[in-house]
Amino acid sequence: MSKRFAASGPAAVDGVSVEIERGEFFVLLGPSGCGKTTLLRMLAGLEAPDRGRIVIDGADMAGVPPYRRPVNIMFQSYALFPHMNVARNVSFGLRQERLGREEVAGRVAAMLELVKMTDFAERPPGSLSGGERQRVALARALVKEPKLLLLDEPLTALDRKLREETRFELKRIHRRVGITFVMVTHDQEEAMSMATRIAVMRDGRIEQMGAPEAVYERPANRFVAGFLGAVNLFEGKVADVGDGWLWVETDVGRLAVTHAPLALGTDVALAVRPEKVRLATIPTQSSLNSLPGILRTIAYRGEASSFEIELASGRLVRATLPNLGDGIGFAPGSQIWLAFEPDAARVLQS
Amino acid sequence: MTNRLSPFLIAMMALGFVFLYAPIVSVVVYSFNASRLVTVWAGFSLRWYGALFENEAIGRAALVSLEVALIAATGALVLGTLVAYALARFRRFTGRTLFAAMATAPLVMPDVIAGLSLLLLFVALEQATGWPQGRGILTIAIAHITLGIAFVAVVVEARLSSFDRSLEEAALDLGATPAKVFFVITLPLIAPALAAGWLLALTLSLDDLVIASFTAGPASTTLPMVVYSSVRLGVSPQINALATLILIAVTVLVASASRLLRAKNT
Repeated sequence: MSKRFAASGPAAVDGVSVEIERGEFFVLLGPSGCGKTTLLRMLAGLEAPDRGRIVIDGADMAGVPPYRRPVNIMFQSYALFPHMNVARNVSFGLRQERLGREEVAGRVAAMLELVKMTDFAERPPGSLSGGERQRVALARALVKEPKLLLLDEPLTALDRKLREETRFELKRIHRRVGITFVMVTHDQEEAMSMATRIAVMRDGRIEQMGAPEAVYERPANRFVAGFLGAVNLFEGKVADVGDGWLWVETDVGRLAVTHAPLALGTDVALAVRPEKVRLATIPTQSSLNSLPGILRTIAYRGEASSFEIELASGRLVRATLPNLGDGIGFAPGSQIWLAFEPDAARVLQS
Repeated sequence: MTNRLSPFLIAMMALGFVFLYAPIVSVVVYSFNASRLVTVWAGFSLRWYGALFENEAIGRAALVSLEVALIAATGALVLGTLVAYALARFRRFTGRTLFAAMATAPLVMPDVIAGLSLLLLFVALEQATGWPQGRGILTIAIAHITLGIAFVAVVVEARLSSFDRSLEEAALDLGATPAKVFFVITLPLIAPALAAGWLLALTLSLDDLVIASFTAGPASTTLPMVVYSSVRLGVSPQINALATLILIAVTVLVASASRLLRAKNT
């Protein structure tokens, strides 16, 4: 399946072009108002692109109304019909196709089984919890076996614990049904844990597209680096090239990073993830990038702890260490050295 | 802080209720009076109800009122729903503010002015086009439709504004054509508001005296008009009995309308 896209409007979606493989779990990630939902609605046919086209499985979708597209959408509000029970909600799409009564009943039962809602078939949506509604909405969208399933912030309405369980559940269902999923979310953790590929969007444009690891480890620019997880940015200029390292002069001193083909004097930013920063109470001789500082704040988070270190220049650097059960050994206000490997820093030019 | 009401508050409330409802209560009580005199109590009796049902003039007027009210409520329902749809679904169009103000103006328009202007319109129309021929049930109903539209529009628009559009989009997405979406999703979900609007328009039409007086013809006397004219000739306890029945009918209609509006639909 291929989908080519180059749509519309100076504001909402601006010259986006994406090709999605059959069976992918594709996630559109971005802050609110970046155009990701508009893009999704155009795929569903609820919005028409001003320019460009949508091709699904070789068929051009131009002028095809939503009720004739092989696409189903699951809304953020779930949009369950309040005047129909769960089974009627799920069977709604099949009843529009004039299928036999028995086939409809069979497919609805199988779908309720898949989302573990068989016991709720006769209940009205109003009596269901948020998680139950979410599963009914999913079943209703999946039962027509669309070529493309669109999910608009499917987990946002759920509370935190349920959200995390549901991520695995959605991935399991995605594997089982083999349908192409396109999901919209503003939650970077959700995007990374579920997607086979992520497109990070801003102001109607795709900033970067790739596998979760690639986008997280090798962000293309400052926006992507900052939007996907926490990051320490050191602004500076390329000062020297040698010994296989690229030396960058920053406001905290000269830092070494893995060699990149850049001219001397180029303005760059070094992005260092907090989990790649190491901490020690004595200076580390072995590391090229070792900076002294004062430990200011410790935020205990259970599986890990976050630290804020104030460097001599006054700027704050964040570090994250896993809790290995041996105590942290650092106290706020104490002298500390932080270090990171040259290959832990990503050199950004934009 | 306590939730207890002070004696002053209770007294004020009681006074308020007496002021509002004492006249109505007295009308109801005296409808069961055996005496011909409205002001003298002579024991319980249902004779005036009996007399009422034998009164042909009142019976005819009741039928006229009912016919007018049914036409007016149904007409107002259709037109008012269209107005509400335009206001709720098309958030921006040229003249929207003017349209909204004009559609709801009859809510605050003095009846005398509405009645007079409609009468002048009907007369002018008849001279220009020959239609409507004279005044009668049709002209009263048209007048009541203009009044009812405003009420239906307000009630239905409130419902449509709180309506989750993604319900319609979901149905569309699942393969239902736009017409089918309207009948299978939209209509059932706004039906309570439609019914409530219809009942309100019906009640308004049954109650109206002023506009009906302006737009009525010789053969189309409505119930409020009969009541008004017979009271001017002297009050008969029959009118008390009639008032009691109207009161009951209106209470039932308004109560069911507000019940329909309150009914949760999620």
